[in-house]
This record gives sequence, C-alpha cells and structure tokens, in this order.
Amino acid sequence: MATSALEYGHATAAKRSVLVEWLTTVDHKKIGIMYGASAFIFFLIGGLEALVIRTQLMRPDNHLVTPDFYNQLFTMHGTTMIFLAVMPISAMFFNFFVPLLIGARDVAFPRLNAMSLWIFILGGLFLNFSFLLGAAPNGGWFGYAPLSSRMYAPGHNMDFWVIGLQILGVASLAAGVNFFTTILNMRARGMTLMRMPIFVWAVLVTQVLVLLSFPVITVALIYLMLDRTFGTSFFNLTANGDPMLWQHLFWVFGHPEVYILILPAFGIVSEILPVFARKPLFGYSAMVFSMAFIAFLGFGVWSHHMFATGMGPLADSFFSLATMLIAIPTGVKIFNWIGTLWGGSLQFKTPLYFALGFIAMFIMGGLSGVIHAVAPADLQQTDSYFVVAHFHYVLFGGSIFSLTAGAYYWWPKMFGKLLDEGLGKAHFWVMLAGFNLTFFPMHFVGLLGMPRRIYSYPAGLGFDTLNLLSTVGAFLLGSSFLIFSYNIIKTWRSGAQAPADPWNGATLEWSIPSPPQEWNFAVEPIVTEKDPLWGLKRAAGVKVLPEPPRVSGEGIHLPAPSWWPLIVSVGFLTFLVGIMVKHASAFPFGPISIAGFAITLYGIYKWAYEPVDGHAPTT
Amino acid sequence: MSDHHAEGVGAHTASAEYIRIAVVLFALTAMEVLLYEACFGHLKASMPGLSTSLSPWFVQLLLVLSAFKFWLVAMFYMHLKFDLKVLQWLFGFSLVLATIVIMALFTLFTYNRTLWWWGGVPW
Amino acid sequence: MTTAALDLHAHDAGAHHTSMPVPSRKLAMWVFIASECMFFATLISTFVIYRDSHAKGPGPKDVFGVPLVTAGTAVLLFSSFFVVMALNGAQQGDRKKLLRWLSLTVLCGVFFVGMQVYEFTHFVTEKHLGYTTNLFASSFYTLTGFHGTHVAVGTLWLATLLKDAWKGRIPPAKALNLEIAALYWHFVDVVWIIIFPVVYLMSLGR
Repeated sequence: MATSALEYGHATAAKRSVLVEWLTTVDHKKIGIMYGASAFIFFLIGGLEALVIRTQLMRPDNHLVTPDFYNQLFTMHGTTMIFLAVMPISAMFFNFFVPLLIGARDVAFPRLNAMSLWIFILGGLFLNFSFLLGAAPNGGWFGYAPLSSRMYAPGHNMDFWVIGLQILGVASLAAGVNFFTTILNMRARGMTLMRMPIFVWAVLVTQVLVLLSFPVITVALIYLMLDRTFGTSFFNLTANGDPMLWQHLFWVFGHPEVYILILPAFGIVSEILPVFARKPLFGYSAMVFSMAFIAFLGFGVWSHHMFATGMGPLADSFFSLATMLIAIPTGVKIFNWIGTLWGGSLQFKTPLYFALGFIAMFIMGGLSGVIHAVAPADLQQTDSYFVVAHFHYVLFGGSIFSLTAGAYYWWPKMFGKLLDEGLGKAHFWVMLAGFNLTFFPMHFVGLLGMPRRIYSYPAGLGFDTLNLLSTVGAFLLGSSFLIFSYNIIKTWRSGAQAPADPWNGATLEWSIPSPPQEWNFAVEPIVTEKDPLWGLKRAAGVKVLPEPPRVSGEGIHLPAPSWWPLIVSVGFLTFLVGIMVKHASAFPFGPISIAGFAITLYGIYKWAYEPVDGHAPTT
Repeated sequence: MSDHHAEGVGAHTASAEYIRIAVVLFALTAMEVLLYEACFGHLKASMPGLSTSLSPWFVQLLLVLSAFKFWLVAMFYMHLKFDLKVLQWLFGFSLVLATIVIMALFTLFTYNRTLWWWGGVPW
Repeated sequence: MTTAALDLHAHDAGAHHTSMPVPSRKLAMWVFIASECMFFATLISTFVIYRDSHAKGPGPKDVFGVPLVTAGTAVLLFSSFFVVMALNGAQQGDRKKLLRWLSLTVLCGVFFVGMQVYEFTHFVTEKHLGYTTNLFASSFYTLTGFHGTHVAVGTLWLATLLKDAWKGRIPPAKALNLEIAALYWHFVDVVWIIIFPVVYLMSLGR
C-alpha cells in the first residue's frame, strides 16, 4: 500500500530530485514542515543570543561583549523570537493542521502558500546575515525613532531591521489572505463555523489580526525607510517630524501582534485539554466569542505601551480601561480550560504536561499584565526588568509552552512516529524549572530598579544574586531544548511507529494515516457534529477505530508544483535589498532594485498564466 | 464556480442602473466641488450669504457626500448589495476599524486642539 | 474503513466545492481589500496629522488646484463605471461590449497616472515643493504616490486582461478573472473618493 502511494507521488514528477521537489512543492504539509524546521533553527539562534545576554549580566561590571554588540544581541533576540520563531512555528501548525482539521486537501492558494514560506525564509536569512557583516540591528525590537534614524544609527544595522521586517510582513499578509480564505471556504461538507475545531477558530481570528495590523507596520516601516534612505523627516524632530507617530503606528500594529503570538497558543491548548481529559471542551462558544472579543479589544489598547510618554489623562484613562477589559475574555478562557479539566479522567501524557504548564505560567504573566494596565503603576514598571518578566511569562510561559505541547501532540501525525514520553517529561520539568528560575527573579530586580536592556550594572544594588539566579536558570532552560533535540533525533532513528490515532483524538486529522498521504483525505469527509471522530467512535461503540489503509490516490487532482513562488520571493527580496544599498546614488532605485522588480513582475505574470491542475495521475 | 454569482448579479443589475449610478456619482462630485467653491473658492464673493451659512458645516458636508459616493460604488459597482453577507461584514468591519484608528490617531495628535471630525469642538 | 464511514456519499473527487457560495479567489480579493483599508487609513492619518507642517516651503493652499484634481477624480469615477460595463459584457458573453469598455477603462488608468505624473512634476518644478521640502510634501507625495502605484498596478492588470479578451480568452465562464480585477479597481477608486475631499478640498478650504 505504502509503495503505491510513493509511486504516485513520483509518477508525474518523474525525475525530480528531492531538492527540486521541496523547492517547488505546494503541498501544505511539506510547507508546514519547512516552516517548522527553519523556525526551530531561528529559535535556537535566538536562544543562543539570550544565553550570551544572560552571561553578560551574570555578574556586575561584566565585559563579556562590547556594549554595541550587546545592543545587537537584545534587538535580534526580540526580533528573532517574535518574527522568526513564535510566528512561524505557529505558521507550521496553521499549514500542517488547518487543512487536516477542516477536512480539506490543501489550502485555498497552494502557490501563494509556498511564496509565504520562501519570503519568510529569505527574510529570516537576510536579517541574520547582518551578523556576518557585524552590523546586526541594534535599536531594540520596536525600533523607536529617533534612535532608529540615520542620525543616531548611521550604519546598515537598522536598514537590515527595516527591510527584514518589511519582507517578513509581506509573508504574513499573504499567509493571512490565504488562511482566512481557506478556513471560510474550504471546510468539509457539514462543518459549519460553530462546528470547527477551536484551533481553527484561533487561526481565523489570528488572521484577522494579521490582516488588519500588518498594513500599519508596513506603512510605518516605509516611513522609516524613507527617513533613512530618501531624506524625509517623518520622525525627525528637528524638521517638525514627530517621533511619537512612530510609537503610535508601531503599537497599533504591536499590540495586535502580541495576540497574534498568543491566540494560536490558546487554540492548541484548547485542542489538547479535551483529548487528554477525555471530555469535550467546556464552553466552546464562550471560547470562540472571547477570542473574537480579545481580537477586537486588541486594537483599542495600543497606547498602554506608551503611558510614560505623557499622552494626557484622557488617553491614559481610555487605554487603561480598555486594557483592563481584556482581562475579562482572557479570564473566561482560563476558567473554561479549568472547567474542561474538572471531572475529566486525565491522561498524563507529555502534551498535557505542557498544556498545564501553559495555564499556570500564562496566569502569572496575565496577572502582571493587569498590573501594567494601571497607568500610575505602569510608570514605575515601564522599561524595567519587571516588564521583561511579564512578557516572558506570557510569550515563553504562554506561547512556547503551548507550541511545545502542540509539537508533542501532533508529532506522530506529522512524522508518523511518537516522541519518547520519558524524555518528553524530563524536557517539561527542566523547562518549567529553568523558566521560573530565569524569569521569576526578574520581577524583583525590576521593582528594585534595574532598567531593561541595560548593558551592565554596578555591584551592591541588590541585583547581583538575582541576576546570577536568572543566568543559571537560562542555561537550565537552554538545556531543556537539548533534551528536546535529543528526543527528536532518537525518535527519528528508532521511534515507535505511530498509529493513525495515538491519543484517541476528536478531530479529523486522526482519521487518516500517520503521516498523511499527499492528498490527506482519500474521500472528502462529511461532518455532522463537533468532535466528529468521537461521534464516530461513539456510534461504532469502539474506543479506537481500525487503522485507515493507505490508498493509491488515483483520480485525485492536486495542484502542480511550481517554481514561480520561489522566483517571485527572490525578486521581491532583491528589490528591497536594492533600496537598502542604493543610498549613494541620487536616483531612488538602483539597478539591483530594478532587476528585482522586473523578476517579481515577470514571476507574477508567469504565475498567473501557469496551468493549475497539472498534477493529476496519468493513469 | 462563478455561475451562481453571475446569475445573482445579472438578475439584479443592468447597464441602465450602472448608468444611473454613474450620473449620481458625477452629481455628487460636482456638489463637492461647488460646495468648496461656494464656501472658499470663486463663488464665495458672488454669494456671501450662502458661504457664511455653509462654511461652518464644510467638513461634515464633504464627509457625508463622499461617504455616499463610497457607499454607492461599494454597494452597486462592487456588487456588495447583491453578494454574500459575509463580504459586507468583512469590508464593513475593516472600514469601521480604519475609521476609528484615523480618528483616534488624530485625536491623540491634536489633544489640546480640536476633535476635527466634529468641526472643531473646543476640548 | 474510517474515511468511508465518515463519508458515505463520496462525490466526484475532481469537483472543487467551497463552503460558502463565493469563489475562493473572489473572497481572497475581498480579504485583501479589507487589509488595504488599514494601509490607506495609516497613510491618510499621517497626512492629516502632518498637513500643517510646512514652516519651510509651500503648503497645501500654495500648490493645490481644484480643476486638475477634479479632472482626475472624474476620470477615475468614469473608469469605475467603464469596468462595471465591461464586466457586464463579459458575463453576457458580449465580446464587443467587453472590449469596448475594458479598453476605455485601461485608457482612464493611463490618463490618471499621466495626470499624477504631470501634477507631481508641476508641484516640484514650478511650486518648488520637493519630496523632502517639508512634512506636508512628504506625507502628501507618499499617500498619493502609493495610491498612484495602485492605479498603475491595476492598469497593468486590466491591460493583460484586455489582451486576454482580445484573444477571446474571457468567455462568460471566466468572467471571474475580470470581476476580481474590477473589485480591486473599484477599491482604488473609493480610496480616491476619500482622498479627493479629505486631502485636497479640506486642506484648501480652511
């Protein structure tokens, strides 16, 4: 059976090498795996940067790295973790699992999906390439003007940041259009919106946030690029420009962005808890509406990042209140997770460990977040390590814990092998201990007055021991991912072959073989209720359904592989890089830009006229 | 794929309706320009009474006129009126959000001056 | 077999079905348009915030003229009407109607871009309003420049469709190709419906 599927896979792509196959693939599963693999590498790079930062702060008056390199490290650590790790690891789950969860054979626009991937990878490489030139971005992950202006950041450092983020934004926007359309329009028959798995809802709401917030940062980055490259003064105070405009535009994007980072995590945990508590999600519709409410409010709270800028009592009060309001839907979600666990027969497998860790850590991060909502209190905490503690509790304790839970949960479906349970639990305990040891003391150093992003600190301020603890914790935290990597390698070499449904799952992806065949569903499923697979098992009176067979896939039409997504991505990157390196000449666009633009245009043209359904089996 | 849609549009609209809307759009644009000329432009001198009574409402009137034009194009030329409701929600939601952001940003940047869209209420 | 149990009424695997009665490509264009709303909202906000920042160099009242921009507005409105007529022709299978109105639309696009090039050149050379002269200039040129870029892209897109239509490649079954381009084109038009009063008339009338 398996061989016939393999033969089919290679039938039309007769002599394609493996490399060409992956470079031209439009299969959402392969794209998902590439997202995951590249994002995990970027995640390790970002983690390495964090370890250097922690080593520098290990003891007072330390000079492990130069101050300028330190600036590059914390800027790239933030940028990498947000744009090159958490977002694309989420994108891996979107890509691999949204079509499977809604019973589709692929996303709505497979080639556009490939383009998102390539633009993301090229953008990530471009950003990290700056290290090789010794000119990594050094103005902080939110690039505040005028620190990011040419006057105060004369090198190419911030150009890399501006162009890199612009590139990554286009990838996110393209993926946003694609997944929004896919979820609305590619659902299996009978899967109404309120029957969708909760993770799919989380993805849908996330895409709304991406689509409506990324255009704002796109424009802000264009202004910054114009300021730096074409001599305008949008954020230049000496020419009547207003640096506050950058802050506002950045956070109009930046606050929805934090929900872009956390909502997929909410969705993953909401999928895992019911499966391992053996009961349906508590308050499904309340979960859906609270996510929508969080997303909507998320657009009305951006200035709580700017209480210290002196916006005046009206604005402060408004944004304070709106921020406190967000605690309500978030609280609803937390109580629903607890309600899901309550009275369930808990199966203590690794994914559940990480999901429970997520709930506990996210509550702590959420509580310190509510403290920030109070504008007078925030004035004391802003730009201190207290804030650093807060956002690591929500982004690491929240997003990363949940994404790791998702990795353990869905690994067998993605690769057909179960990750080792013992190593998984070791990973969890080391990560939990390391995480809290790293970030809990930061609350205290923050309240003691240690500023965020400080290069070094003198002895005797009460920071010494707490910083040492944080550094020890950081290395513990780093080592937990060594355990994870070892687990992956061990599983790769000799893991237990996973059945189609190892966890007794509730959703459609567990009804097909692990790993799925290229066309996902041999016959397109029809859904009549939420948790369709549980309904099926109930109806059949069994706990585990018989293993689904692998089929030949004859007669199934799949989208043809294409070079154009990759070519367009390369052209687009060339165009923007050309703008960055031109600034000696008077003409706005140098030859590199023009070449890139031409490649992009030609690629789009050929793409538009490329036949779509070329991958039908010849038999 | 587009069959059901083509039917839907074809049944409701015809060239005649498109022409009627085009005429209305032109009339509205002409009104916008005339409003400007009456309040601040060439016509101001010849009809001072009209100018003084209209000019306090200049911004509001312009916004209403252009919103009406916007609505006509979106509803009829973009077929939103006859199309799926979800498309109306999609466009409507993003428009509302865009408007709120424009107003909020402007308020934040003119905090000690005016709420411009209300025509200058002292704050 | 699990999958068979899930779907007892397997249908033709080749037929694409969509969960909503709207083609995916059209839905995607609407999603893109929704996203573009925020793009232009940001550009317009910036202009409104910076339109009085012209301590150095000319300001709005020194450069804007009503006749030229009214002509541009009329051309864009015309083109919206033209493209909707072209679409009507495509859906009815009336090739002549399609070609006539679509070529007029492309002509309007070219004319609008030409008008903008003339406007910018006029401002720069005769009114001495360079791109970096002041913030009013930068935000004005950036906003209308990006709008103009959208018009240029739309013109190019419609021109390729005109080529297709000329070769008879847009039968009624493929009218969707034109419908999507038309949606984009109308959106570019409604953005100008906002820009015309907010940027030009309101900056002049104060």
